[in-house]
Amino acid sequence: MTIFEISKSNRIGYELPENNINDFDLNLPEHLIRKEDPKLPQVSEVDVVRHYTNLAAKNYAVDVGFYPLGSCTMKYNPKINEKIANLEGFSMIHPFQPHETTQGALKLMFELKEMLCEITGMDDMTLIPSAGAHGELTGMLIARAYHLSRGDTKRTKAIVPDSAHGTNPASAAMAGFEVVEIKSGPDGRVDLEELKNALDENVAVLMLTNPNTLGLFEKDILKISEMVHEKGALLYYDGANLNALLGITRPGDMGFDIVHLNLHKTFSTPHGMGGPGSGPVGVKKHLAKFLPIPEIVKENEEYKLNYNKPDSIGFIRSNYGNFSVMVRAYTYLKTMGKDGLKKVGQMAVLNANYLRKKVEKIMEIAYPDFCMHEFVSTCEKFTKETGVKALDIAKRLLDYGVHAPTMYFPLIVHEDFMIEPTETESKDTLDKFAEILSKIFEEAKENPDFVKNAPYNTPVRRLDDVSASRKPVFRFNFGK
Amino acid sequence: MHRYIPHTPEEINEMLKEIGINSLEDLYVGVPRTIDDYNLENGKDEFTVKKELINLSKENKLFELENIFAGAGTYYHFIPTVVETLANNQRFVTAYTPYQAEVSQGTLQSLFEYQTMMCELTGMEVANSSMYDGATALAEAMLMAVRINNKTKILAASSINPEYLFTSRTYCTPQNIEIQEIKWDENGEVDINDLKNKIDSNTSAVVVGYPNFFGIIEDLKKIKEAIPENIIFIVVSEPISLSILEAPGKLGADIVVGEGQALGITPNFGGPGIGFFTTLEKYVRKMPGRIIGETKDVDGKKGYVMILQTREQHIRRARATSNICSNHALMALTNAIYMSVMGPSGLKKVAKMSYNAAHYLAKKLEEKGYKLTFKGPFFNEFVFNAGENYYERWKKLSENGILGPLPLEKSLPNFKNKALACCTEVNTKESIDNLLRHF
Repeated sequence: MTIFEISKSNRIGYELPENNINDFDLNLPEHLIRKEDPKLPQVSEVDVVRHYTNLAAKNYAVDVGFYPLGSCTMKYNPKINEKIANLEGFSMIHPFQPHETTQGALKLMFELKEMLCEITGMDDMTLIPSAGAHGELTGMLIARAYHLSRGDTKRTKAIVPDSAHGTNPASAAMAGFEVVEIKSGPDGRVDLEELKNALDENVAVLMLTNPNTLGLFEKDILKISEMVHEKGALLYYDGANLNALLGITRPGDMGFDIVHLNLHKTFSTPHGMGGPGSGPVGVKKHLAKFLPIPEIVKENEEYKLNYNKPDSIGFIRSNYGNFSVMVRAYTYLKTMGKDGLKKVGQMAVLNANYLRKKVEKIMEIAYPDFCMHEFVSTCEKFTKETGVKALDIAKRLLDYGVHAPTMYFPLIVHEDFMIEPTETESKDTLDKFAEILSKIFEEAKENPDFVKNAPYNTPVRRLDDVSASRKPVFRFNFGK
Repeated sequence: MHRYIPHTPEEINEMLKEIGINSLEDLYVGVPRTIDDYNLENGKDEFTVKKELINLSKENKLFELENIFAGAGTYYHFIPTVVETLANNQRFVTAYTPYQAEVSQGTLQSLFEYQTMMCELTGMEVANSSMYDGATALAEAMLMAVRINNKTKILAASSINPEYLFTSRTYCTPQNIEIQEIKWDENGEVDINDLKNKIDSNTSAVVVGYPNFFGIIEDLKKIKEAIPENIIFIVVSEPISLSILEAPGKLGADIVVGEGQALGITPNFGGPGIGFFTTLEKYVRKMPGRIIGETKDVDGKKGYVMILQTREQHIRRARATSNICSNHALMALTNAIYMSVMGPSGLKKVAKMSYNAAHYLAKKLEEKGYKLTFKGPFFNEFVFNAGENYYERWKKLSENGILGPLPLEKSLPNFKNKALACCTEVNTKESIDNLLRHF
């Protein structure tokens, strides 16, 4: 039931203090005064508590079980981070308080920036972007500003591999670039020949995810970097998959000029049903002056915000970014430290390779090779034989109480699962997942229709999303 | 190993064996090792981390709520305890984007209900399930307007939040969209003549605040009448005020966006808040962001799914309506919980109390000889001439436990010694009288 259906006229769920101030008439023309109240719920506090608690119970979440969504890094979200982010000294401060009264917050941001520069091998960083895609847009605007600042106006193209996240081409387009997609090679990596053909004097930037969305490390990265820079273009790093590289190597060391991170992936901040995240952008020295406004600076042991950056790409949102997400990431970094981060990277890669070995007995691995933090498996042949699709298997997984992996991505593999276990899952959990997957394939062989009609044990069964888009219902229908 | 990493040494060995390698180092085939150690500290135990962070949080000054008179896009309203409790449910917090709808009905239904509430407040027909903040919501609204009518000039009132304007410029410049500003008049309202003079055949949209950055309630009807039919009318609004102000949807708005932080979200040093984004059904396919719709499952049971995804980046890639992927869903949930608790009467009471408090402060300031900068009607914020050396006096005020009206001179040239005052239902007569003692 929706909250609108449990609403009763004149029921209330709030109390407000008295402020002892007399009523002032609304000094407005009649047509600007609201005539009809918004139909918001009229419910008691208990109603609200039960409604949202019952809704929450219909959600799968990391705190419920295994959530192997590829490229989403659904690692455990530490509770101390939540506690700290909700401390009043962080949650109740106004962005425009005198900076002398927010030294703790500014210091936290400054130090977070420094730590992330160290982890990525970059020289400077902004924490302002609110999400990965927002970071991509910021990074691409920096690339644009860089070329324009050199009077190089012909660089209108951005190269993106066909295995890239959809946000890459979308962000490049928003930054005003024409997107050139290059085909991946037979080993799932950048095809150097394709790249060479695409690289010309009009290319501004190559956007790369490394390890890529197949979970494969771009072994030719140094060569790629050389090719890109030789042509005067910049190399952009999509940090969605940084978890794999912790403790081993850094984007900055591989020749990347611009990097975006996802604090809600590698740095353990919760995904919150889709956000808020945080997408810091790091750059090499020659691009630092283009970073967005404002920047946090430290002068004589005092932290300040600098709005005077004439070469900056400008504001990319209001205030300073998603501060409370930064607090969580900072807490995580303090907890893990350099020793912990190393273990994170190692165990993430160990888990992925172990699970790959288990899954390859059940499904075909799209590019059978050592993987990094994730791998892609496909059941294309099985689908042809039985009619059971990756989607059906995913839905059946839900019945067994695990979340399905990312499906049908990257686009260059068909009927596929992109599986990222993360370091916070135990061997037992991975064994159990493989066991369930194997069982589902057995079920599908014996009775394809049974699996095709899954799920059975979820709060709702398979939903009709085709007519939901064809005849969309955007809001609750109050009727009369 | 670590409390977040469950591997025992025996398990690691078994796993390596299964993979067919001898050491963890062997996992990194073809990966050049470029670091042995980060130049960072080692990890610390929970007790120590907690203590350090609590101490750091204390390096920020907290003001008693009733002594805060600063707004400018970030507001201190009373947040009922249940809002925080429910929004912290880890089944919301630790879930991902609802890609598997059957196990995400909590997320999907909450967001569907949120969309309904935003439509009710704004008087619009469709809302998306969130943007990052008010500034990016506005920037994306401008891009959307250009997608609708293929014209490339936006007329934006100079009186909207300066950071929203700056952000919009950042988004519009690479698309060769020109933003021209419309002046304000002595009321602090859009100068209708200036608006009329600047409208031409290439004008895509007109943007105004309601209330605007100075707190002034623009006469949307008058503005709408000055705009030709084919121009998109974008209203940047503040949701609390909409419980007493006529809905922009009833006054001719095509797109209504704004910052939703005031609806139950703590200030968080400026983020995360949430951008809300609403429009008319006829434009929905040009809209950015995720939209949740109602549907049925195979047994005919009601359920919710993400709809119209062909607009989005994961399908349309370079031709998507926006690059947005992660949004601010948890904040949308927080908004929905807050609006459920407050209901229409609570929200209206919050708005009216805020209005009353701001008008009481303004009246008292005027009695003391301080001049309001604009004559137009205002909601819960207003600009006034705060007298000599206000910036320094404002800093002094903070030492006395008052976060006073914000000096505008740092963000707006020509506003030397002018301040933007803000009141909400948490300011009492006593706290306002106390503030006045410093003027």
